[in-house]
Amino acid sequence: MTEFPVLTPALPEIFMALSAITLLMLGVFRGDGDTRLISYLTVGVEVVAAVLVLTGSGVREVTFSNLFVMDSFGAFMKVLVLMGSALSVLVSINYIEREQMKRIEFPVLMLLATLGMMMMVSANDLISLYVGLELQSLALYVLAAFRRDHAKSSEAGLKYFVLGALSSGMLLYGASLVYGFAGTTNFSVLADLFAGHGQQAGHTSIGLIAGLTFVAAGLAFKISAVPFHMWTPDVYEGAPTPVTAFFAVAPKVAAIALFVRLLIEPFGSMVDQWRQIIYFTALASMVLGSFAAIGQTNIKRLMAYSSIGHIGFALVGLAAGTELGVRGVMFYMAIYIFMNIGTFGIILCMRQNGRMVEEITDLAGLSKTHPMLALAMLIFMFSMAGIPPAAGFFAKLFVFQAAIQAHLYSLAILGVLASVVGAFYYLRIIKVMYFDEPVEPLDRNISGEMTLVIAGTSLFTLLFFFFPSPLLNGAAAAAASLFAG
Amino acid sequence: MIVQSLAFYLFAAILVASAVMVIAARNPVHSVLFLILAFFNAAGLFVLIGAEFVAMILVIVYVGAVAVLFLFVVMMLDINFRELRSGALQYLPVGITVGLVLLVELALVLGTWVIVPDLAAVSGAPTPAPDQINNTHALGLLIYTHYAYLFQAAGLILLIAMIGAIVLTLRSREGVRRQNISAQVSRRRDQVVAIRKVPTRGGV
Amino acid sequence: MANPLVVEYLPILIFLGIAVVIAGAAVGASFLVASQKPDSEKVSAYECGFEPFDDARSKFDVRFYLVAILFIIFDLEVAFLFPWAISLGDIGLFGFWSMVVFLGVLTIGFIYEWKKGALEWE
Repeated sequence: MTEFPVLTPALPEIFMALSAITLLMLGVFRGDGDTRLISYLTVGVEVVAAVLVLTGSGVREVTFSNLFVMDSFGAFMKVLVLMGSALSVLVSINYIEREQMKRIEFPVLMLLATLGMMMMVSANDLISLYVGLELQSLALYVLAAFRRDHAKSSEAGLKYFVLGALSSGMLLYGASLVYGFAGTTNFSVLADLFAGHGQQAGHTSIGLIAGLTFVAAGLAFKISAVPFHMWTPDVYEGAPTPVTAFFAVAPKVAAIALFVRLLIEPFGSMVDQWRQIIYFTALASMVLGSFAAIGQTNIKRLMAYSSIGHIGFALVGLAAGTELGVRGVMFYMAIYIFMNIGTFGIILCMRQNGRMVEEITDLAGLSKTHPMLALAMLIFMFSMAGIPPAAGFFAKLFVFQAAIQAHLYSLAILGVLASVVGAFYYLRIIKVMYFDEPVEPLDRNISGEMTLVIAGTSLFTLLFFFFPSPLLNGAAAAAASLFAG
Repeated sequence: MIVQSLAFYLFAAILVASAVMVIAARNPVHSVLFLILAFFNAAGLFVLIGAEFVAMILVIVYVGAVAVLFLFVVMMLDINFRELRSGALQYLPVGITVGLVLLVELALVLGTWVIVPDLAAVSGAPTPAPDQINNTHALGLLIYTHYAYLFQAAGLILLIAMIGAIVLTLRSREGVRRQNISAQVSRRRDQVVAIRKVPTRGGV
Repeated sequence: MANPLVVEYLPILIFLGIAVVIAGAAVGASFLVASQKPDSEKVSAYECGFEPFDDARSKFDVRFYLVAILFIIFDLEVAFLFPWAISLGDIGLFGFWSMVVFLGVLTIGFIYEWKKGALEWE
């Protein structure tokens, strides 16, 4: 009982926690003037943490009394989370200086939120799932309301907080039902229990299914899947833009990872029960994401609906419930963070005479005033619409392939139709950029970090086609680890 | 035994009644006071099932701190709650429907209560019998070792709560003169007092 | 077969019962016995302008809220100390250091607060 636990599997998390505390102390003693330094150090810490994740043994390891698990699925997802977070911090540096948000807490809170996400990815128990989720959410609520003097930012923070608390409540209620009926909250024990229980009784009790449904509803809130998506457009529009970029990538990857692990590991033998839920959520998210985005004029709201749609596509892979499906989900999320961060980088460059603009019409004639920026946006929009040879096409290809192999033909066909509708509004942005006359040109000064991020992500999205194997092999190995354990 | 059941029904009845009053009271301050009453009764229920540590924490943390915070917030916001609530009654049918659906679901769930056969074997940390070890001690044996990971994560959550509260509410005011004891005590006479010769009719 | 733990709480229950009876009697008696003869002069505003009956609510400064929330955080921290203090003999060195790390994290928070000036009233 009193022996020390093995710490090596959780080394990246421990490093992140210690660094967050150190950076907080450093920042508070040096003052807000050194926010840029703290931001760079945050990026550095996240890079080191990613290296620590990658140099891990790769074997499935469990520690802290079975509460924490580290395997190659977790490693893959953690690297994605860290990458999304580091890129978001990079694109935020200039924004927070310009918009009088330069406070050292900003990067530190992002680091702490990322730590929470890594704990979510590694959760091996319903309790550690919840604690990781809260660590992440609490930091995100504060980040959403970070611009406290702006009514919209405060509104975004409050809405996110109230609905987030509601979803946490649902998740906890579901977890308590599962605990009440199964007698344990541990994923490994639950998996053994259901595997044996299913064979003995031939059915699973209603209580467990109700519990699973509530937990799934709580998690669907966090990934903003329909019908739990209504907070997304308001929060995305109101939150400061770099925070929106962060919201759109890192927490989604973490929550999807958690969702996949929860459904495949402990509830893997109940696949027939949860497939209906995921099937409906995936379909509804794809359709709503495509249709509701058509009428949007604000580009941040448009990105909110776009992210709802993307989550729907990723869930198609999960609905398949197979190794191929999980590989598709991971692959989709990897492509998703690159094209999303790139797009948000461009949105952060949308300034006229020093103030931010957010309307789609402000992009008019971008091809004439900023040809390179327009080209990058073109690549991202093609990728999001799923037009080959951009990376987004392969992402969609793999999830639909998995769905067809799992005989979910209707879902695959409806998904393809939804993506055709979705292509409309992505192409409309291209039309505005290339064929409309410029009204007022956007500002020219684009910082070095921003250029780096946009160029890097757009090159990745464009050239992924030539070197797909490292990412594909990584996703395949990671998906295999989930099914082996 | 009969006292125990009587106490249960008493606490449960007051708990439900005060919970209703929390949302039905006209004055928001009264709502908070009813909330405190609800917390006390919930603590009583916890004692009845033998969870005395949780009961005491409920009194210390919820009644002592959270309810006070609620009062602050209610008083801080200059909102006319009566106006805010005037439209609330129209949502009553929907609310009742949702509540009924949840109730029926709960009944369905409880009706098919099948506890896994080998419950004691799978339980990660089985509850010790209350006559062997007291409640607080039993928790202490688990929290700091078995659940150390969650305990440290809770510490980080509290840290974020601190940062968040300060980020969102702390404002530094301009032009406020603060006491700085060490600077005030350590200053020397020649730093602050200057003797000037003032010429007659010249002024300083 | 009453739970021995619950039996220990019987005096508190009795105490609560007596408290409720006495409080109820005091309020009820004053309600029944006292004479109340309100007239327009008694219930109208005082000469100084104050209302004789008014809402107890008054607006607060947001700084009270900050102090209260910082208090709650340390309140919770102290709540964790009780089981630790009781079981320290059984949980060994790991249990001890576990709490020290927890307190360390919150001490960092405390230094942060102090440095930010959140504990000063101005």
